[in-house]
Amino acid sequence: MTVIDDILTDFGQAVGRGVVVDSPPGAGKSTLVVRAARTMAEAGERLMVVAQTNEQVDDLIDRLASAAPAIEIGRLSASTYVPAQRVAKHGSVTVSGAVSDVQTSAVVIGTAAKWATVTEGTWERAIVDEAYQMRSDMLLRVAGRFSRGLFVGDPGQLDPFSVVAVERWAGLSWDPMQSAVAVLLRHNPDLPVHRLPVSWRLPPSAAEVVSAAFYPFTPFEAGTRPADRSLEFSVRAIGGDARVEASLETARRTGWALHELPPRHTVRTDREAVAAIADLVVNLLRRGPIAYSEHAPEGRPVTADRVAVGAAHRDQVAAIRLALADTVAADVTVDTANRLQGREYDVTVILHPLSGRRDASAFHLEAGRLCVLASRHRHACIVVARAGIAELLDTHPSAEPVHLNVPVRFPDGWEANQAMLAHLSTVDA
Amino acid sequence: MSVLTALARAEAVESGRAQPLTTVRHTHVAERPLVLVPLALAGEAAAPLAAMVGTDRGDGRLLAVANPRDRTQRFQFVAQLAKIFLTYVEGCSRAVDATHTAKLRYAEAPQVLVPNRGGVEFIRLLGRSTRFRRTYGPHPVHRTVPLLGQWFTFLRERADHPGSAMLLAMTEVLGEHWATGQSGLEDANLAALLGWIDPPDGLDGAAAAELAEDPLRWPPAGPSTDPTFDNEILAPALSAYARAADPQAQSRAESALGGAIREQLEPTWGLMWRAVDLLRARPAGGSVEARWAIDRDVFTVYHMSLAEGTALPQPRRDSAVAAAGRLDRLEREQARYEAQRALDDPLVMAEFRLSGEAFTGTVVSASPNRVDTSGKKAALRPHITVQTEDPVRLEPGALLVSPARLSQQAMVVSVSSVDVVLELSKGMGRSTKQAPPGSVPEVGEVVTYGPVSDAYQPPGRFPSREDTPWTHGGPPPDYQPNDIDAAEDWS
Repeated sequence: MTVIDDILTDFGQAVGRGVVVDSPPGAGKSTLVVRAARTMAEAGERLMVVAQTNEQVDDLIDRLASAAPAIEIGRLSASTYVPAQRVAKHGSVTVSGAVSDVQTSAVVIGTAAKWATVTEGTWERAIVDEAYQMRSDMLLRVAGRFSRGLFVGDPGQLDPFSVVAVERWAGLSWDPMQSAVAVLLRHNPDLPVHRLPVSWRLPPSAAEVVSAAFYPFTPFEAGTRPADRSLEFSVRAIGGDARVEASLETARRTGWALHELPPRHTVRTDREAVAAIADLVVNLLRRGPIAYSEHAPEGRPVTADRVAVGAAHRDQVAAIRLALADTVAADVTVDTANRLQGREYDVTVILHPLSGRRDASAFHLEAGRLCVLASRHRHACIVVARAGIAELLDTHPSAEPVHLNVPVRFPDGWEANQAMLAHLSTVDA
Repeated sequence: MSVLTALARAEAVESGRAQPLTTVRHTHVAERPLVLVPLALAGEAAAPLAAMVGTDRGDGRLLAVANPRDRTQRFQFVAQLAKIFLTYVEGCSRAVDATHTAKLRYAEAPQVLVPNRGGVEFIRLLGRSTRFRRTYGPHPVHRTVPLLGQWFTFLRERADHPGSAMLLAMTEVLGEHWATGQSGLEDANLAALLGWIDPPDGLDGAAAAELAEDPLRWPPAGPSTDPTFDNEILAPALSAYARAADPQAQSRAESALGGAIREQLEPTWGLMWRAVDLLRARPAGGSVEARWAIDRDVFTVYHMSLAEGTALPQPRRDSAVAAAGRLDRLEREQARYEAQRALDDPLVMAEFRLSGEAFTGTVVSASPNRVDTSGKKAALRPHITVQTEDPVRLEPGALLVSPARLSQQAMVVSVSSVDVVLELSKGMGRSTKQAPPGSVPEVGEVVTYGPVSDAYQPPGRFPSREDTPWTHGGPPPDYQPNDIDAAEDWS
């Protein structure tokens, strides 16, 4: 793991104010964070760790406490926080709302929102996890607490957003709507930027496509060989919709499937698309899928908790949940792209953000949205969409206003969408 | 677009008339608004050509610049505009709100109405090009010019605040209240939008909107002018003025130009006042007055600080800390505004009901005096069961509020396919044994519960300007006013 060693050396040095690590989906970002925290703590250094959500904080604590039970961990939390089971089971963890209670802990972990309320104490080093999901105004509020930072995140995922649409700050180097890393690098262009080059989650069939579409200038590879991963069905298809079965079979064989519905302009909660997703998920589980991978060469059943459905909008999520409510797939995770960030499943079924739309708005074209949806799986991903997306894209080239002084972001959403679609249409049905 | 808006638009197409999106008006309309219809010269940023301005529909003042490229004439125009505007602002500060005794609050605040988003942008640019001007030194201007710049900048900044009604783009206000059968882009045309909302006798919305697209009948509402008008009328009129050899010919050319511009502005002027009438005809929502009071407070503070000379500088760009603080404030105001809209208006709440986050139903059983003794202290925690046909998608533990009892919190205890059980807390007086009559919904009452609350959210904590961290470029240099403040990179 020479990359990780390089990163730790850079971060451990006394010179320089920080290190940025770009990590594609499933490239071992959490492993890096845990290892860095452990190395620092074992060298006797007090460390603060900033994550973005309570879920992420709890995951990190669980992994760090399991890896190094001797390290004292402090968990900063809001007064309403109820410790999750996976946090409470570790004796080395102190949960408190006041920073004075965890002052002596070797590692103090909390969400950015909680750290923003802390007014006392400084730390020499900090690890900021999922830094591309963090808005720069949040970094402004927590940056006073530490002198040196390790910023880890996935540049291809969704940019942070705001409920207010104001162009007032466009072009400013400290635009509060930008991600923390974007602002950090504009003010400190000489910070070293490292890249994790291997995705351990995505199978070879997906790594190549996702890398080319969403990381055009910073490619990565799959950490596994095609022979390491396979998906089999233990139950034969009986009756059922032939097209659904065909899509499942294509996905099993190639790792991708485009389940295309007849072209039509629809409202967001397209009933036929929702029904198709429900059909696909229910039939998938009925076929008793078994996943063979480097972790489980003997095969492991793909149960409802290893399957996820992703969509762009909350009302779509609600409609799909309702459709799955009283089926074998009731326990399948259904969520928006924003909430699926950082999660991992064996098989995913996604509703294409542009399905059934008459226009391609910036929200629906955002590369990060499709990237999150198309990179959550270890084995296969089925995309459900109305036909006609290619034509929609062709009639809606990006028409966003261009602001002076705003660095161009790659990839371009329009281009990434075309690249994904081009690949999906070559997967034989 | 939400399902309800899509439905309203489809109904607008079918019925040939715009459909209301709300049951009440969510925007304050002042008793004496200042309507301003600006026109700019094509090809140059913030080069004012003309404006029609006034507080009375029968008395719109026409201001025009005979040579818009002449900087001296431009600032003479601004000084004329400033005179009207500053008189209006002073009028708003004459009376004090007698009902509010905690601190000084003027009874009125300025409300400037422009036709569209372009008008709001024009105010920003005009404010920026005038607020740094000086009354002495090279290129001096009248003392009212920088003052107008400060006020325009103040208004434009207020316009970013959700729920503020001090500077409004009429097409946007109308668009929040009515759904038409045309696209969002077409809705930005004030004449077409009003054609859908209030078509003339014998026409339906689509036909009225089509007529409104004729620039001869309905010239563009500014600040951009119709290109055909530019080429065929404006350009000859401007060059006639430039060629005029003697004062007589000059004044003839000037009045010809004024006449041509008046023809461009008057139709929009009439539309603006018709739109004001349409808005006034609708009852105001419950929290409109409270939001206007905030506007008046902000106005009072700024007016007094300008008078005392303590007004904060208005830099061209926000510093890192100022930008983050402003975004935090805007986001809290946005959340509050949206909550207030839903609580004031059943049609806005219906969006939440459709998505299963809110519901309306009848109380079928209530235990108003239920006491919870599991905690350290016994507490009154009434339960009510609400029968509903709404598609409820709530999890036990979710916190809800009813528009009828804003101070009370309801927690979802259980949800079945026909009813929801809620546990109530707060808003029931001091007693721990008995809830006062009326504080707990009674059996038979129709109630609505939704996920929104307009409760106060505390502001975020930000470092001071001097403590701007290294990640954001460190502390910014101190601002020292100087003679070249008004210069732009491109000027």
